[in-house]
Amino acid sequence: MHNHSLTANLQILLACPFLILFVVYLMAVVKSNRKKKKWPIYRISMWSIGIFSALLAVIGPIADQANTKFSAHMISHVLLGMLAPLLMALGAPMSLFLRTISVAKARKVTAFLSSSPLHVIQHPIIASLLNIGGLWILYTTDLLSMMHENSLLYVLVHIHIFLAGYVFTVSIIYIDPTFHRKSYVYRTIVFLFALAGHAILSKYIYVNFPSGVSKTEAELGSMIMYYGGDTVEVGLISILFYQWFKKTRPTFKNGKEGFTISTNKKFTVAGTDIEEVKRLNASSGMSYREINEWFARQQSKAHASTKKR
Amino acid sequence: MTTTISTSSDPKQNPNKRAYAKQNMWTGILFGLGIVAFIDEVVFHQLLHWHHFYDKSTTDIGLVSDGIFHAFSFIATIGASFLLADLHRRHAFWLKRWLGGILLGAGVFQLYDGIIQHKWMGLHQIRYGVDILPYDLVWNILAAIMIIIGVVLIYRTRS
Repeated sequence: MHNHSLTANLQILLACPFLILFVVYLMAVVKSNRKKKKWPIYRISMWSIGIFSALLAVIGPIADQANTKFSAHMISHVLLGMLAPLLMALGAPMSLFLRTISVAKARKVTAFLSSSPLHVIQHPIIASLLNIGGLWILYTTDLLSMMHENSLLYVLVHIHIFLAGYVFTVSIIYIDPTFHRKSYVYRTIVFLFALAGHAILSKYIYVNFPSGVSKTEAELGSMIMYYGGDTVEVGLISILFYQWFKKTRPTFKNGKEGFTISTNKKFTVAGTDIEEVKRLNASSGMSYREINEWFARQQSKAHASTKKR
Repeated sequence: MTTTISTSSDPKQNPNKRAYAKQNMWTGILFGLGIVAFIDEVVFHQLLHWHHFYDKSTTDIGLVSDGIFHAFSFIATIGASFLLADLHRRHAFWLKRWLGGILLGAGVFQLYDGIIQHKWMGLHQIRYGVDILPYDLVWNILAAIMIIIGVVLIYRTRS
C-alpha cells in the first residue's frame, strides 16, 4: 500500500484534470453565450454533477478507503467509470467546444474528426471491449493488487476506467456530433452484450475474489458492481431509446406511416395542410391587410360624408 | 374473424391496429419478459430473500445465461415501454393482443427460468431449506398457464 502523503498526491494528480475540465467548460459557456443562443442550463448541470461524481471517486473519503476496501473501490469504479461519463456526455462538451471556436476552425476540427482513425475507438464493439474487457483484466488478474503498489499503474488504471467509460457512453448514445454512426438496433445489441459482460463479471468476482480481496469485501463489491451498474445503465438505455422514439415519430409523407391519411400532402408540426391553406388564401380575395385598409378607407369616407352634412 | 367482444376492441374500427398487429404482440412479449424478471428480482431476491445472488452449484453457463437474461430483461422492459408509447402515438394500440403478448412473454421466461436456469444450469433454487418440489411445480405450472392464455389471446386477435 502507498504511504499517506503519496496517496494524497496521487489523489490531487487525478483530481486536477477534472477541475481543469470544469473551469474550461464554464469559460466556454460564458464566451459562447455572448455571441450565440444561451447554452442550456441542464447541460451545465449535467456536466457539473458529472465532474462532481468523478471527483468523489478520485479524491476524498471514498478514494481513501478504496485503497484498502474493495467495496469502496467498487463505489469509486461505478462513479468514475459509469456515472461520471454518462453525465459528462450529456453536457455535450464537443458541441460546446465547436460553438465556442470560430466557424472556420470548427470546420477544420470536424473535418479532422471525420477522417482521423480516432473514430475507430468510438465503434461500439471496440469501445465495449476497451471498457468491459479492461475490467475483466483488472479483476481477474493481479493488476488490482499491483495497482495499489505502483503509483504509475494506479494513475493509468484510473484514467483508463474513466476514458473507457466515456468512450463507451458516447459510442452508444450520440449527444455530440458523431461521425460513422451506427444504427439504433446495432447499438442496442452491442449494449446488451456489454451489459451482460458487466453483470457476468460482477457475479464472477462474488466467488472468484480479485487478488488481495477478502470474501466479505468481494461479495459486497460484487453486488455494488451488479446493482450500481444496472442503475446507471437504465439511464443510458432510456436515453438511447428516447432518441430512437423521437427519430421514428410518425411522418405524414407516405400513406403507410402515421394516421390513416394516405396522401402526399405536406403538413406542418401542428398538422395543418399548408399547401391547402396557401391555395385557399390565393383565391380568397383580399388578404387580412387589404381588408384592414379597405375598412380604413370606408370609415374615412363615411367620416367625410358626415362632415359635409 | 367473427368473435368481436366489444366495439372498442374491434380492429375494423381502427385499421392502424391491424397494421401494427405484430408490434402490439412483440411489445407485450418484451414487456411480459421484463415484468417477470423484475418480479423475480424485487420479490424473490430482495423482499423474500428466497433466491440467492449466487449459488455454490452455479455453473459457468448459468452465470453467462443469467448475465445475458438480466441485461436483456431490463433493456426489454424499457424498450417495450417506448414501443407502447409509439403504438399510442400511432393510435394503433390493441389491448387484447398486447395482453396476450405479455402473458406469453412472461410464461416463456418463467418456464425458461424454472426449468433451464434453476434446474439444468443450477443457477439458484426458488427457496432453500424446504422441500423444493411443490415450489417448482407451482412455478412451472403457472408459467404453462400463462403461455396457454397468451397464445389463445394472440390467436383470437390474429390479423
